[in-house]
Amino acid sequence: MDLTTLLQRFQQGDRRALARAITWVENGTPEAGELIRSTYPSTGRAHVVGITGPPGAGKSTLVDRLASRYRELGQSVAIVAVDPTSPFSGGAILGDRIRMQRTLNDPGVFMRSLASRGHLGGISIATGDVVGLLDAFGFDVILVETVGAGQSEVEIMELAHTTTVVLIPGMGDDIQAIKAGILEIGDLFAVNKADRDGADRSVMEIEMMLDLGHMGEAGINRWDGEAQANSGAARRLDRTGHHGTADLASGNPYTSSASARHAADRHGTANPGDISWRPPVLKTTAKDGQGVDALVDRMIEHLNFLKETGRWEQFKRHDAAAKLRELITLRAARTVMDRATAAGDLDRLTASVADRTVDPYTAAEEVLSRHLGT
Amino acid sequence: MNRKLRVLVAKLGLDAHDRGAKVVARAYRDAGFEVIYTGIYQRPEAVAEAAIQEDVDVVAISSLAGAHLTLIPQLIHLLKDQGADDMLVLAGGVIPEEDISALLAEGVAGVFGPGSDLDEIIRFTREHAAAK
Repeated sequence: MDLTTLLQRFQQGDRRALARAITWVENGTPEAGELIRSTYPSTGRAHVVGITGPPGAGKSTLVDRLASRYRELGQSVAIVAVDPTSPFSGGAILGDRIRMQRTLNDPGVFMRSLASRGHLGGISIATGDVVGLLDAFGFDVILVETVGAGQSEVEIMELAHTTTVVLIPGMGDDIQAIKAGILEIGDLFAVNKADRDGADRSVMEIEMMLDLGHMGEAGINRWDGEAQANSGAARRLDRTGHHGTADLASGNPYTSSASARHAADRHGTANPGDISWRPPVLKTTAKDGQGVDALVDRMIEHLNFLKETGRWEQFKRHDAAAKLRELITLRAARTVMDRATAAGDLDRLTASVADRTVDPYTAAEEVLSRHLGT
Repeated sequence: MNRKLRVLVAKLGLDAHDRGAKVVARAYRDAGFEVIYTGIYQRPEAVAEAAIQEDVDVVAISSLAGAHLTLIPQLIHLLKDQGADDMLVLAGGVIPEEDISALLAEGVAGVFGPGSDLDEIIRFTREHAAAK
């Protein structure tokens, strides 16, 4: 399939063209750039929902249930599931389809498995562009399942509008241990396998962590000041450090956007930036579907919250800034490396650094001062 | 450019014996392939749809329950109908000698019976998928 044919078929809604487009983007073929240029204007519409959590928490089974619920609500659904690439062979076994038999025969659902290809953030480098293609293709909801994640696989937060952290009962002290990791990035928490002992206790522990251990008002104040700074730190505060007076005053542990707005009105702070989202904690049992409808309700509520408070638009700006920063950094680095290699400077300085006649900082300075300009 | 060969390993119909499929999946992984494994009891329609969505280079069917002469040609026709006849289709498992020529005539590229050498399967797959 050539690029023109593919784009034509893509616009017509041909799933094989979509699948091939994803392959090109994932492999970084020469056509990938043009593909992204042509489809980018149609992106920015889908609700991107991230599903993350430790291995064995039931993420795939839950995604299957979520997709089916979204279908009942009349939404078209794409699923992207990332599994780890073997560091030894470069191969991967992508087995998420096994747990998604409920929805995969539905023509309103499209599912693609991605290998992490050596990237360690919980998703692969190409995942963002793959989501872009699915968005441009017209799916209403895109569910992105990360690799089994623990403490540092937090990149899903940058990609998803709504990040759901899936945990299981009986983690006990483990919750304390990982609270600085993926527990910070949740807009929603699901304690899955809730038919097991200890589910209520896990819910309580997460609730306590959310109420006590976080940034609280300080987070809100800082966010107000720095919201426009397009930094990852500001973004983090935006997404997670934002439960404060409004929620606590409302006395509602499951602060919906409506009740948050109500509380904010009462306090005379109806400025959208002041309304906050306290991540709800829900119990689910994915194997029989318990709690899944409620979880989808919260996902939709979070989407409405983002839109009503202007955060949806802010998300687009942050996302645009992050994409630009990433590409500029990447290309600038590549250009400098290419030039320095061609001039022989890289080899010469590498040798000097290796035999300790020059330190790496001085060497890097020399390369940059020679090759960064035009 | 970072091309990886993608292979779908699938079981068709009422055939629960997936040990062989898992061994082959593992061998592909260890040879650097990206393997999509879909589990047991799959209909030809579901396997064809998975192959298309995952845009695989190879579909490897493991059959131990004797329905290979019905289900594998069905799968190949479904792939053709959707313009995916460039995918390499392989069959493995308990397939009697006398059925092999029928499968090859239907469009199966290679048949690997009991005792097949995993390295040979990988070599064959690489060679034929690259030629596509």
